[in-house]
Amino acid sequence: MPVEHFFPDPEGRVPGPGGYFGDYGGTFIPEALRAAVEEVAAEYEKAKDDPAFAAELDELLVHYTGRPSPLTEVPRFAARAGGARVFLKREDLNHTGSHKINNVLGQALLTRRMGKTRVIAETGAGQHGVATATACALFGLDCTIYMGEIDTERQALNVARMRMLGAEVVPVSSGSRTLKDAINEAFRDWVANVGHTHYLFGTVAGPHPFPTLVRDFHRVIGVEARRQIQERAGRLPDAVVACVGGGSNAIGLFHAFIPDADVRLVGCEAAGHGVESGEHAATLTAGEPGILHGSRSYVLQDEEGQITEPYSISAGLDYPGIGPEHAYLKDAGRGEYRPVTDEQAMQALRLLSRAEGIIPAIESAHALAGALDLGRELGEDGLILVNLSGRGDKDMDTAARYFGLYDGEGDAK
Amino acid sequence: MSGKAQALSEALAATRREGRAALIGYYPAGFPALESGIRAVTAMVEGGCDIVEIGLPHSDPVLDGPVIQTADDIALRGGIRIAGVLRTVREVHAATGVPVLCMTYWNPVDRYGPERFAAELAEAGGAGCILPDLPLEESEPWRKAAERHGLATVFVVAPSSRDARIAGITDVGSGFVYAASLMGVTGTRESVSRDAADLVRRIRATTELPVCVGLGVSNAVQASEVAAFADGVIVGSAFVRRVLDHADDEGAALRELRSLAQDLVQGVRCRT
Repeated sequence: MPVEHFFPDPEGRVPGPGGYFGDYGGTFIPEALRAAVEEVAAEYEKAKDDPAFAAELDELLVHYTGRPSPLTEVPRFAARAGGARVFLKREDLNHTGSHKINNVLGQALLTRRMGKTRVIAETGAGQHGVATATACALFGLDCTIYMGEIDTERQALNVARMRMLGAEVVPVSSGSRTLKDAINEAFRDWVANVGHTHYLFGTVAGPHPFPTLVRDFHRVIGVEARRQIQERAGRLPDAVVACVGGGSNAIGLFHAFIPDADVRLVGCEAAGHGVESGEHAATLTAGEPGILHGSRSYVLQDEEGQITEPYSISAGLDYPGIGPEHAYLKDAGRGEYRPVTDEQAMQALRLLSRAEGIIPAIESAHALAGALDLGRELGEDGLILVNLSGRGDKDMDTAARYFGLYDGEGDAK
Repeated sequence: MSGKAQALSEALAATRREGRAALIGYYPAGFPALESGIRAVTAMVEGGCDIVEIGLPHSDPVLDGPVIQTADDIALRGGIRIAGVLRTVREVHAATGVPVLCMTYWNPVDRYGPERFAAELAEAGGAGCILPDLPLEESEPWRKAAERHGLATVFVVAPSSRDARIAGITDVGSGFVYAASLMGVTGTRESVSRDAADLVRRIRATTELPVCVGLGVSNAVQASEVAAFADGVIVGSAFVRRVLDHADDEGAALRELRSLAQDLVQGVRCRT
């Protein structure tokens, strides 16, 4: 059976030696984790070239995840985007409800190859945690998920899903009590239990090799979408758009389009209450180079290198770092990164729900808001591809409070 | 080797001549406040610490357990800045004369500028730096700055480190080698890990540098066990715990710090 859904970077453009994407990346980790990180890198290098690994992952991606995910044109939504044509890559229709499952299944297979019996992971919105808990149930692995206390409250549905799947969910009460602190706690667990535990990192940040292997497991998004949009629209899009927190769904979509110089790569960062308010998570817009969670990239920090607390209505984007390949694409001028506020994202969420009957995750709604602006800039001839990275079920409590749906006030347009 | 790094080596040579291990105390600057933190470290030296490590608190201390996380958090909320850390180094060194190292994560130093940080740490009387998340491969800019200013660069080695890697690390490290006694974060433990003695043996096969053991040591019995095979015993969380437990009574906290240091000194002198 031909392998159709696992696409490690065929050209090996980046990273270079030491896991560097230009000036960004590297491996800034405690010595105690060095051997484990090297083991993951070595196992991935072997797996990448092993047809049996690709075949098994492919089987899972087709018959468990449901790939390829559809491409949906959204004309009523697009009418508000200056009349440009807009297509959505429907990662929300994957099993577990987001793109996260692509990476999780790949790393779960690696975990098994390494002979490890326990998996830990961080989660913000809970989508990576749910996907990880799902894979651990499927593979019979012990599973512990670290989640900031604030996020366990605003994403309570996903906490229940993880526990239903048999995972232990540990609320993290240190620091800003969000994704950043969940990652800190997962690293502390890993240092102590590295002999039998794999840290199933959920985004394209962290120490080498995670930015590369997580990207490779998500490349399928862009590879599929590039083929699909050419079939449907007869040409490549003017822009591909995705939300960026750590940046995994965005790099998954962007990567296959990097050689297409005429296709703009647009990442939408969480601007919270506005970048000027100081309450945001717009790392590439307002951050500066520094080290967080094992690699050098853009970081929200003060002038003495203390990481500052981010803010976003979206738990999945509420992170003061960003994957190093995005930092590289920004500095190279290949990627464009725009801030999108809570309010813009929530309006886009409601618009897509009402116009197309698709309720997006708040994270993905940031990309939709970016597409509305971009469509107005491109005009009627524009063609935009948006990654709908997750579905919004988990966000209904936040949305209901935001729009007053519990009071019936949200009936208004 | 030059500057205060030389004084660090001499201090470790002196304890070795005495047939005992050195007692090395860790304490974060600015905890619970700048001035009281300086008094706390001074009390640790009065109690018997031969060398001290001053922590530069970080917002994201991934290698620290709950005790030091809490102290870092209190210090940062209290407004500790790098200037306050350097002042702590300066005043402790001036008051006690013992070698003073700085221990922190790489981002604050990277952001401040390695050259500027090394120059100011040396000027304050610092003997060197421990940067546990700065690996060998990324350490050259820091090591060059440290050498220019006569500072030691102490690397951490873990039980999971392979022999060839240990040799690479000890080849470029200076001052001493920090052997992590166990796989885990800082904090007190019930017993000293068996891994520690084996790791020290593997380190000694690669270097003449003194080897000091940290992580998990909190009392005289453990200190004496470690002193049997190491040149130094590093204690952190147990000191910080004493101050957290006496948050409302500085006098009691200082007595506890002195008394713990005195106990630990008995341990490092009586090698079991």
